[in-house]
Amino acid sequence: MRHLTVNILLDPVAAIGRACLAMIRKAGALALFALAGLSHLLRPPFYWKVFFNALIEIAFFSLPVVALTAIFSGGVIALQSYAGFAQYHVQSAIAGIVVLAVVRELGPVLAGLMVAGRVGAAMSAEIGTMRVTDQIDALRTLSTDPMKYLVTPRLLAGTLALPFLVLVADILGVLGGFTVSVSKLGFDPHSYVTATLNALKPLDVMVGLSKAAVFGFIISLMGCYHGYTSRGGAEGVGSATTAAVVAASILLLAFDYLLTDLFFAQ
Amino acid sequence: MNAQPKIRIRGLTKSFGPKKVLDGIDLDVETGTSFVIIGGSGSGKSVLLRCILGLVTPDSGSIEIDGEDVLTASGKRREELERQIGMLFQNAALFDSMTVADNIVFGLRAQCRAQHKRLSAAQARTQAGEILRQVGLDPSVGALAPSELSGGMQKRVGLARAIAGTPAILFFDEPTTGLDPIMGAVIDGLIVDCVKRLGSTAIAITHDMASAQRIGDRAAMLYQGKLVWQGLASELMHSGNPMVDQFTHGRKDGPISMELRR
Repeated sequence: MRHLTVNILLDPVAAIGRACLAMIRKAGALALFALAGLSHLLRPPFYWKVFFNALIEIAFFSLPVVALTAIFSGGVIALQSYAGFAQYHVQSAIAGIVVLAVVRELGPVLAGLMVAGRVGAAMSAEIGTMRVTDQIDALRTLSTDPMKYLVTPRLLAGTLALPFLVLVADILGVLGGFTVSVSKLGFDPHSYVTATLNALKPLDVMVGLSKAAVFGFIISLMGCYHGYTSRGGAEGVGSATTAAVVAASILLLAFDYLLTDLFFAQ
Repeated sequence: MNAQPKIRIRGLTKSFGPKKVLDGIDLDVETGTSFVIIGGSGSGKSVLLRCILGLVTPDSGSIEIDGEDVLTASGKRREELERQIGMLFQNAALFDSMTVADNIVFGLRAQCRAQHKRLSAAQARTQAGEILRQVGLDPSVGALAPSELSGGMQKRVGLARAIAGTPAILFFDEPTTGLDPIMGAVIDGLIVDCVKRLGSTAIAITHDMASAQRIGDRAAMLYQGKLVWQGLASELMHSGNPMVDQFTHGRKDGPISMELRR
């Protein structure tokens, strides 16, 4: 009887401990995976063809999704901030609000989340299918290191493609805000552009693009890791894909906070 | 007989959790011969091949290729030793993001990279066509995607990719599983041809008795992680070993009882 009470008391604690250990183990495995993937950057050969394919897939084919997201978000911010700011007769701040919100936060985060859904899922599904159909083992038997061939080029492509996409998102987001402000809210185009340029500092763009590089790395890493470690047929690939997108999205937002804190807290 | 076998395995063990999958395997495969390993599903056949390929790390024992222990060799040397091995996977494992020809070119290029040779795109294409012809396929098949091929054709392309690098050792993982008996015989014939032409040493795992006798010079039976019998492949059907007899003749009753429940 006493035994039972102890168990009831300790079981939840044990469960928490188990979950913590599992999490630490996974974080360790992920770190090792990332290091292994990066270390191949320094050791030739580098598979340029895989790299360019990944780059085109991420940078070029994500353009429509990222562009539409950016245009509408920029427009929405203009609308929303007008509703609030008109009460205090400070509508003139809208241009600055739009450009800072887009360049500092919305550009990197929204582009990142969109790419996480599109590319992270596709990467983990492709690599996961290769895993469960022995294609990754086949690479090994053909004297090709699967980490070097599959993972390293994708990590690099993700890290380079996202800043480019975010730059596009920044421009189109501001354009969306501009269009709404000028056509719907009655702003003078010339003074809107001047206000935008006055509010924007080069540091904001640089930080936004640096964030994007980190996000791109996270998305590729999650896609590759979950695909590479997937097990158990179609179902395994399915859950790996889900895990890749969820993990990439959460990590992306967490790192967004950390980086914002690092750069803008003072 | 050669003094030194191409592959020598001693005391190889591997466990997954509490389950002993390989339990002290001793195996010699002479240069230029074909060795067939038979055994039921889950008897550890695939794990054995994967250990030799370096895809699975065994718990203990030694695996020697040309008298050199693969497991204790340095990373680079180990890669060199394992590079000699070509493998035909059970489901062919063709790269489905590439065409059939590109799959074979991948095998060619891997080999050329290892020997620091250059291979032009035109050369690669011609050679891929030649290799396709060697496995009884028309070079025009090269333009197709692997998903457009039947199971038998995928196996042929898998074989073509495996032999593209002219490996000294060839592994076959259930080469006839999932094929009709005639296609199975065709694939077996191609395997024997390729092994002879390349002078390779081969290990095949299978539970298809007809196939085992067509491919193998020698044979062994794996049961519960141990090699319970070794002999000539031609003796498989009348080995005198009760376990082998039950397996080769497909009898329900005998020393091997199927574990239906875990």
